[in-house]
Amino acid sequence: MQVTMTVNDVEVTREIEGRLLLVHFLRDVLGLTGTHWGCDTSNCGTCVVWLDGEPVKSCTVLAAMAGGHEVRTVEGLSRNGELDPIQEGFMQCHGLQCGFCTPGMMMTCRALLDRNPDPTDAEIREAISGQICRCTGYSTIVRSVRWASVHEASKEVTA
Amino acid sequence: MQVPAPFEYERATSVDQAIGLLERLGSSARLVAGGHSLLPMMKLRLANFEYLIDINPLHDQLGYIRVGADEVRIGALTRHRELLESEELASAFPIFRDAERVIADPVVRNRGTLGGSLCQADPSEDLSAVCTTLDAHCVIRGPRGERVVSMEEFHVGPYETAVGDDEILIEIRLPRRPGSGSAYQKVERRAGDWAVVSSGAAVWLAEDGTIADARVGLAAVGPNTTGIPEISATLRGQVPDERVYEQAGEIAARSCDPVTDQRGSEEYKRHLADELTRRTLRTAVERARS
Repeated sequence: MQVTMTVNDVEVTREIEGRLLLVHFLRDVLGLTGTHWGCDTSNCGTCVVWLDGEPVKSCTVLAAMAGGHEVRTVEGLSRNGELDPIQEGFMQCHGLQCGFCTPGMMMTCRALLDRNPDPTDAEIREAISGQICRCTGYSTIVRSVRWASVHEASKEVTA
Repeated sequence: MQVPAPFEYERATSVDQAIGLLERLGSSARLVAGGHSLLPMMKLRLANFEYLIDINPLHDQLGYIRVGADEVRIGALTRHRELLESEELASAFPIFRDAERVIADPVVRNRGTLGGSLCQADPSEDLSAVCTTLDAHCVIRGPRGERVVSMEEFHVGPYETAVGDDEILIEIRLPRRPGSGSAYQKVERRAGDWAVVSSGAAVWLAEDGTIADARVGLAAVGPNTTGIPEISATLRGQVPDERVYEQAGEIAARSCDPVTDQRGSEEYKRHLADELTRRTLRTAVERARS
């Protein structure tokens, strides 16, 4: 079957099998390997991408279901060559060690800040509660999100 | 790599078109909504279908929460997140927000739907317990029109529902009565896991403060979520207090049918059925009074 969707603002059309999962479509068909493929069971959250602006676990969404919709992956997080404040925050506050969970974490955290620009630590932890990090103990991830939140706020004031 | 066996993907354009497809394709086809129960089962080959009919395009028609004076109507494609975030629903039935806060995780809740949860008919499923507690009725549409069934009729066994091969669950109706309060509690081994045991309770208080009616729904302690009529019969007409909650808990513990598994022993699950029934009834009464 043929599927057409918008990925990181670019419309793509490909011939696929109905059973192809979105995570494999992004990685294997489009070569966007920034999205990681982890547990296969919608538990670990490393495959999180946005579907029409909402974080979803792409191992449990069919590529065909994304037809006609907008997908955004970690590759689409930076704009005009500038890192998103979330990416900057993960760098500044050591929000990653091995980096395996990072793309999914950043997509979820970006969506969190879009809805709630000044989340509490508890709200950050709740937002990422469907995602597993085996390096950081989550503390530095929470710190990274807070860094992004504070810097976005100050940027808005100075702008 | 876990992927489903090959199938043909079809996209629904309307409820009637989906029913037409189901009529033509019979038991070889299955509707898929959020897909967060069905796709994992298909990956494990616990479920195999030649056709999947994607009904997500019907979200505009079947994703809604309408709170009326006598009844709340919820479209089957309403997503967990929409149920969690609806202030109107939380105000009419706080049990929904209690339950949604402990169903899976926020990202899964962006996809999963009320109708999908009920149709999965997992014995541990939280919204089935909520709907059982609230005496919900399910609207099922097929080629011969619509029919409305109670939750007791809807669930015919583990992973089995009253929805026929050529039918679709389109709406859940929850009756509203005065003096109501409701609550949900779940014990789980990890955040977002299936319940070891969970309990929903709803009470309706009369003007004199006595219990006009009460319902309890338990998950994970029987082949389907379990409503316990004996609790309702015992509680009606009583003044709600600790003694009454204790009575209800004791009935819950002996009326349910748990099995020992990796989540806990039968004895522990009966203990939880007792304790969670007391706690949810206590909270439901507090909410009904406030």
